[in-house]
Amino acid sequence: MISDETKKRFDALVKRYPEKRSGLIPILHEVQAEVGYLSPEAIAWVAAYLTLSPADVMSVASFYDMLHLEPVGKHMIYVCQNLTCSLLGAEPLIRHLEDRLGIRMGETTPDGLISLKRMECLASCGTAPAIQIDGIFYERVTPQKLDELLEKLRNGRLRGSRA
Amino acid sequence: MAFEKILTRYQDVPNYTGTIDEYIAQGGYQALPKALREFQPADLVETVKRSGLRGRGGAGFPCGVKWGFIPKDSPRPKYLVCNCDESEPGTFKDRMLIEEEPHQLIEGIVISSYAIGCHLAFIYCRGEFVSGAQVLERALREAYGRGFLGRNILGSGFELDVHVHRGAGAYICGEETGLLESLEGKRGQPRMKPPFPAISGLYRSPTVVNNVETLSNIPHIVLRGAEWYASIGPPKSAGPRLFSVSGHVERPGNYELPMSITLRELIFDHAGGIPNGRRLKAVIPGGSSAPVLTEQHLDVGMDFESLAAAGSMGGSGGVIVMDDTVCMVRVGEIVSRFYHHESCGQCTQCREGTAWLHKVLRRIEHGQGRKEDLDVLLDMCDNMKGKTICVLSDAAAMPIESYLAHFREEFEIHIRERTCPFEGRGAF
Ligand SMILES: Cc1cc2nc3c(=O)[nH]c(=O)nc-3n(C[C@H](O)[C@H](O)[C@H](O)COP(=O)(O)O)c2cc1C
Ligand code: SF4
Ligand code: FES
Repeated sequence: MISDETKKRFDALVKRYPEKRSGLIPILHEVQAEVGYLSPEAIAWVAAYLTLSPADVMSVASFYDMLHLEPVGKHMIYVCQNLTCSLLGAEPLIRHLEDRLGIRMGETTPDGLISLKRMECLASCGTAPAIQIDGIFYERVTPQKLDELLEKLRNGRLRGSRA
Repeated sequence: MAFEKILTRYQDVPNYTGTIDEYIAQGGYQALPKALREFQPADLVETVKRSGLRGRGGAGFPCGVKWGFIPKDSPRPKYLVCNCDESEPGTFKDRMLIEEEPHQLIEGIVISSYAIGCHLAFIYCRGEFVSGAQVLERALREAYGRGFLGRNILGSGFELDVHVHRGAGAYICGEETGLLESLEGKRGQPRMKPPFPAISGLYRSPTVVNNVETLSNIPHIVLRGAEWYASIGPPKSAGPRLFSVSGHVERPGNYELPMSITLRELIFDHAGGIPNGRRLKAVIPGGSSAPVLTEQHLDVGMDFESLAAAGSMGGSGGVIVMDDTVCMVRVGEIVSRFYHHESCGQCTQCREGTAWLHKVLRRIEHGQGRKEDLDVLLDMCDNMKGKTICVLSDAAAMPIESYLAHFREEFEIHIRERTCPFEGRGAF
C-alpha cells in the first residue's frame, strides 16, 4: 500500500529520533497524502511499521485536526473561524463557499474534489481573513478572490502540498 | 519615534529573501563563532540571565534562569526544543520569523544548545506551517553545508543536529508538555508538573523549551552584550518585542518595538488607528487568553508588569483591536468556542467548563439567555481556575470574566431583549 520509496524515507526519518515512535505524526502526514486519508488499512500499516497497536495509532490520529480518519476530498480548504478573521468577514466567506460548492463546512463535494473545514487561528491574522488550500496560505480573502481560487482549483492550476 | 530594529532589521534590506549568504552579509553567523570561542557554556547562561531576556511564548519566564535549571551532572542527554506551534489566536510573528529570517533562529538554536550542553534539538512547527517548515529545512541544509551544524562546528569540537518536526493541528501542543508528548508521537496531552521539563522533559531527559522569538534574540545578546540588551525598554521587560497587531486597525502587521511603548502608541501611531472613523471599543493585548482592555487603559505600557497591573497580560504579544461595531457577547461566543474545541479533556473542570461557557454564551448571543446566566458564567469561570494540569482552563476563563467585568450591560441587554442588539449593524 505504501511505495518502497516512501518507506525508505520513513526508515531515514525515524533514525532522527532517539525513540522511533516520534516519527508517528510525520509518517501519518505522508501516508495520508499518499492514500488520501487514514483508512483502517493505512492505520494498520503504520502501526505495524512502528510496532504499535492500531488502536494506539488511531487514538493519536484522532487527536489532531489535520489527520483524517474518514475519506476527504482531493483538495482541502481550511477557513479560519477565529476572532480576527471573524471581525473581518470570515462568516460571509464561509456562507459564500458553502453556496458556491453546495455543501456545508465539514463536508466534501459529491465528486470528491473539495472538502471544507473550519479551523482555528492560522497565524495569519495580520492579513485576515485567511484560508489555506492544500497547505498554501491565501490572505485578505474576498468572495471574488475565492471564486478565482475555486476556478483555478477545478482546472488543476493551484499548487499545493497535502503532506 | 524611530526605534532600532533588531530581529526584523532584514526588512530594510531590499529584496531580502533570507538565504544564508544574505544573512551573513548583514552580520549573521558572527555571534556563533564568538560564543564558541569566547564563552564557556556557563558564561553564556549568565550572560542571558543578565540580559533580562524573558520568554516570548506566553509566560514571560526569564530565559537564562530556565537554562540554569538544566542539571549539569545528569547522565542523560539534554534536549532543546524550539516552540514554533504559534497557535495563540491573534499571534503571527513566529511564522514571519521562520519564513523570512530562518538563519537568525538557527544561529540562536546552536548557541543555546551549546549553552545547555545539548547535541540534538528540534523545531516543533504547527502542522499548518507547511511552507514555513520547508523554509526551515532548506535553511538547515545550508547551515550544515557551511559547518554551522553537524560534527565539530567551526572547529570547536561542539556538535549538534537540528530537525524540523511538524505537528498536525492542535492548539494544546503549544503548551510545552503537550508539545513534548506530541513530539514523542502521542496525543498532545499536557503532563502534570513537577517534574518540569528542565528535569524530565523529552524522552524523560532534561529539556529546555523556548519560543522562536526568544531564541532569535540570542545571537544579538552574544554579539552586542547583555548590558546593551538590558538597556532596551523597561528594566524588567528588556529587549525588543514583536507585537502582532490585527483586527480593526489601518495597518495590521508585526511591529518590533521596545516594551516601553504604550498601547495607545502601538495602535494609533504605529498601526495607524481605527479605520472608517470608528471608535476603539476593546483590545486584547496578548493573545485571546489575555483579559480585554478598553479605552481607559490606552496609556498602559506594553511591558509584562504594566499589563499585569492593568488586569491583563503580555502573553504572546498578539494585539487584537475591536471598534465600536463589535458585540462583546459574540466575541465571547467565538473565544469560548475555541477553548472548548481545544481542551484536551484530561481535567473535568476544563473539559466541562469550556463546554458550558460556550453553550451559555451562545444562547445569550442568540437571544435565549436566562436571568441567572451571568452568575452561572462567573461561577463556572471561578471553578475553572487554578485547579488543572495546565493553564488552558485559566486561559479560557479569564477572558470571559473580563468581558463581563467591562461590558456587563451588553450581556444584560441581550438577555432582557432576547436578541443581539448589534444584529444587522456590523454583526460578524
Ligand atoms: C494552552 C497553551 C498554549 C501555548 N501555546 C504556545 C505557543 O503556541 N507557542 C509558544 O511559544 N508557547 C506557547 N505556550 C507557552 C509554552 O508552554 C512555554 O511556556 C513556552 O514555549 C516557553 O518558551 P519561552 O520561555 O521562550 O516563552 C502555550 C502555553 C499554554 C498553556
Ligand atoms: S487544563 Fe484543559 S487542556 Fe490543560 S490538561 Fe487539563 S483538560 Fe487538558
Ligand atoms: S484569527 Fe484567523 S488567522 Fe488568526
